[in-house]
Amino acid sequence: MNIVIVGHVDHGKSTVIGRLLADTDSLPQGKLEQVREMCRRNSKPFEYAFLLDALKDERSQGITIDVARCFFKTAKRDYLIIDAPGHIEFLKNMITGASRAEAALLVIDANEGVRENSRRHGYMLKMLGIKQVAVLVNKMDLADYSEEVFGSIESEYRSFLEEIGIQAKSFIPVSAMQGDNIAAQSSEMTWYTGRTVLEELDNFEERESEADNLPFRMPVQDVYRFTSSGDDRRIIAGTVESGKLKVGDECVFYPSGKHTHVATFEHFGAGKAPEEIKTDMAAGFTMTEQIYIRRGEICCISGEKTPNVGTSFVASVFWLGLSPMVKDKKYLLKIGAAKVSCRLKEIISTLDASTLDRGKKDKIDRHDVAECIIECSKPVAFDLTSEMPKTSRFVLVDDYEISGGGIITAEIEKTGIPDVARDLAIRRNEKWEISSISSERRAKRFGQQPGIVIITGYQYIGKKAIAKELERELWDAGRQVYFLGIGNLLYGVAGEIKVEGEIPARYEHIRRLGEVANIMMDSGMLLLVTCAEFTENDMEVLEATVDTEHIHTVWLGDKVTTDIEPELIISDASDRGATAARIRNFMAERGLIFI
Amino acid sequence: MAESRRTYDKAAYEAHLVELENKSVYLLREAYANFKELCMLWSIGKDSTVMLWLARKAFYGHVPFPLVHVDTHFKIPEMIEYRDRLAREWRIDMIYGENRAALDAKETFPDGRLNHIECCRKLKTEGLAHTLAGDWPRYRMNHDTGRYEVDSNTEPYTGVIVGVRADEEGSRSKERYFSPRDKNNDWDVGDQPPEFWGQYKTDFAPGTHVRIHPLLDWTELDIWEYIRRESIPVVSLYFDQGNGTRYRSLGCAPCTTPVESDAKNLDDIIEELRTGKFSNIAERSGREQDKEDGGGLEELRKDGYM
Repeated sequence: MNIVIVGHVDHGKSTVIGRLLADTDSLPQGKLEQVREMCRRNSKPFEYAFLLDALKDERSQGITIDVARCFFKTAKRDYLIIDAPGHIEFLKNMITGASRAEAALLVIDANEGVRENSRRHGYMLKMLGIKQVAVLVNKMDLADYSEEVFGSIESEYRSFLEEIGIQAKSFIPVSAMQGDNIAAQSSEMTWYTGRTVLEELDNFEERESEADNLPFRMPVQDVYRFTSSGDDRRIIAGTVESGKLKVGDECVFYPSGKHTHVATFEHFGAGKAPEEIKTDMAAGFTMTEQIYIRRGEICCISGEKTPNVGTSFVASVFWLGLSPMVKDKKYLLKIGAAKVSCRLKEIISTLDASTLDRGKKDKIDRHDVAECIIECSKPVAFDLTSEMPKTSRFVLVDDYEISGGGIITAEIEKTGIPDVARDLAIRRNEKWEISSISSERRAKRFGQQPGIVIITGYQYIGKKAIAKELERELWDAGRQVYFLGIGNLLYGVAGEIKVEGEIPARYEHIRRLGEVANIMMDSGMLLLVTCAEFTENDMEVLEATVDTEHIHTVWLGDKVTTDIEPELIISDASDRGATAARIRNFMAERGLIFI
Repeated sequence: MAESRRTYDKAAYEAHLVELENKSVYLLREAYANFKELCMLWSIGKDSTVMLWLARKAFYGHVPFPLVHVDTHFKIPEMIEYRDRLAREWRIDMIYGENRAALDAKETFPDGRLNHIECCRKLKTEGLAHTLAGDWPRYRMNHDTGRYEVDSNTEPYTGVIVGVRADEEGSRSKERYFSPRDKNNDWDVGDQPPEFWGQYKTDFAPGTHVRIHPLLDWTELDIWEYIRRESIPVVSLYFDQGNGTRYRSLGCAPCTTPVESDAKNLDDIIEELRTGKFSNIAERSGREQDKEDGGGLEELRKDGYM
């Protein structure tokens, strides 16, 4: 079991650990004597904390800067004790240590009482989702083992914990230096009849089995197919965050909404494949109907509560980066196995975690906590922290570094056209009748991957003529290709939309184009579409309806006059045949057509 | 303490091993998904062999990245035989690198020119750095002939999976699961990235690389228990062959001494670690480079040693 020790700097965390190791006989032979000898030679009083100072730079600073781990065991079980630094400078290390733990010991100095980081660490435990906390009031020997001192710290800190929603398992008066109430009951504090630290550790619960009873969630870490090693299995791999999944269950993936059934669980090594997978298992399964999904989706079970899918949400964010989190800067957001770019849209309020004072700033400074709105470039699937904490958590990456973390507290009402288009696409995918011919078999027969090539650029540059030339050439080369004219949709598929030439109508036309394209691509087709001056907003609507990896863009003209980033730019499109040939080469490079 | 060992709970220990395995598999999959130029260091020892097994577990019998071994050419011969046999049997993409210049110039400890630490620095640290960077030749096993050939791929590895354990010695107890190394392979132990909620440092600046440590939470005992549970083949040097000694930790022949032990099989080794004479003696006590001064291994590690 992993236990983290947190608390304000110099309140004696390392000493508690040193004492635990010594009193449970967990030190390597001769280590204690060696450290005592070192202290004697340097004329320093022996401290149990020295046992942990394994690194030179830590010894010289005299404070723990990084997470150190040590192992010990009791009659009941093995422990990994994580020593987290108490100095504010090293909050990111404290968080690293705490997030590995199932329970925490929070140390408070009896003389100094509750300090800034006693509270901050308590708050971080809450944010990280650690529910089992025991509070050690340390250095009782220097407070005359006074019941009053202990009582006043207990009542002050208990009310703080309650305010942030943590119920402490117990408050224990200890002296790590003297060994009181660590492994053995103290003879100096007979007024205390509760558990010793060691007893409290053994009293912590091993594992939160409640996660098994929540809806199933497994972020897709990867889809494996090692065909080159002669293995045809397509395996969806991931680690279960919550719930249970059995062979035969229908699973739905979000944000796409695509669905299939579990055919088999896969396995290598001793034992046999499981019949069912549950929380914390690193698993892999094959599918009954072959669908195309990728890392970043989250696997759920059809009929269970679905996650939210959207681009914006309200979150509590804690920031660790040296430079503050600011609006209108691009960050990376990692949630489950998904990674998208995002920005800070709005700060609702900021909070000083050491005082619980609320304020309002226009940026999130280092060590601040803020209630804010985050907007992602692409939709992500998430849960709310009040319902399913594990799948509500994300981290923020700034300039290659993880610089913050957050928990999603609320979704935001979706009103934008892409949001509506996306929700419709998810419902469509959930209900999609999967063809009995897999897309792979179609690709093999046709010698091509399905795709939609948007040929855009200046007006009157001859896009349509080039597209039709390309269509003929591809057809002659044996491809299943179709020029899909937007005009063909306007009077039929989109016939009831009356207001022509207005923006909402344009988006709805693109949405319907996307839906038609989606059906045609499911049949294996390559589609050529022309559209004047395609914009990023147009693209967002199209991407809401069609898988991004199927969409390819070509710009004709020497200057890109909209905000899209085309994959291919042909500045001189005057020669129709040459332009068509270049697009054809581009399609081969992208793997759309096989040569 | 003695009492606690008697009450050792088999079911609880099995659950503990399963937990370790799940975590390691998750880390390996994260590494594979995030690093294009990925490799795994294989020292031939029990730890990295367990890690190799865990990779086969994570990828269902496959090892979808090369295994890299830095050959000092002073390894105990059985180790190299075992490496090549397993590479062939498991169809591993096997690569080795070396410090040819130092070996040719006889700048080594066995040749009497360097002390232990300096020799490690030459043959292992430098050999490793240049093998990873791809600026010294790499030799790749050709599975058709069973021989090694100069590898045409000289791309630097940006993700390097390493089998260090936190319980081995002080500096390793501070490691991250995903631990960045700068352009000089240096490890900045004072400023490490935060890791929480299963999210790790997978974004990195050009020229830097990330070490991935799937075995960080394992202890020596866990390793042996897992080898027994999964029947993983390990080098016979770990077992007493009848002369009352065995190796507890494997390295170069001149600098690694066997320990006195009559443990002949996995059960014996586990029993010895759990209750016997090794239960309180450091595993690397037979490794000379750790003894040179108080921070020998730590100094080596900052320069890029495993």
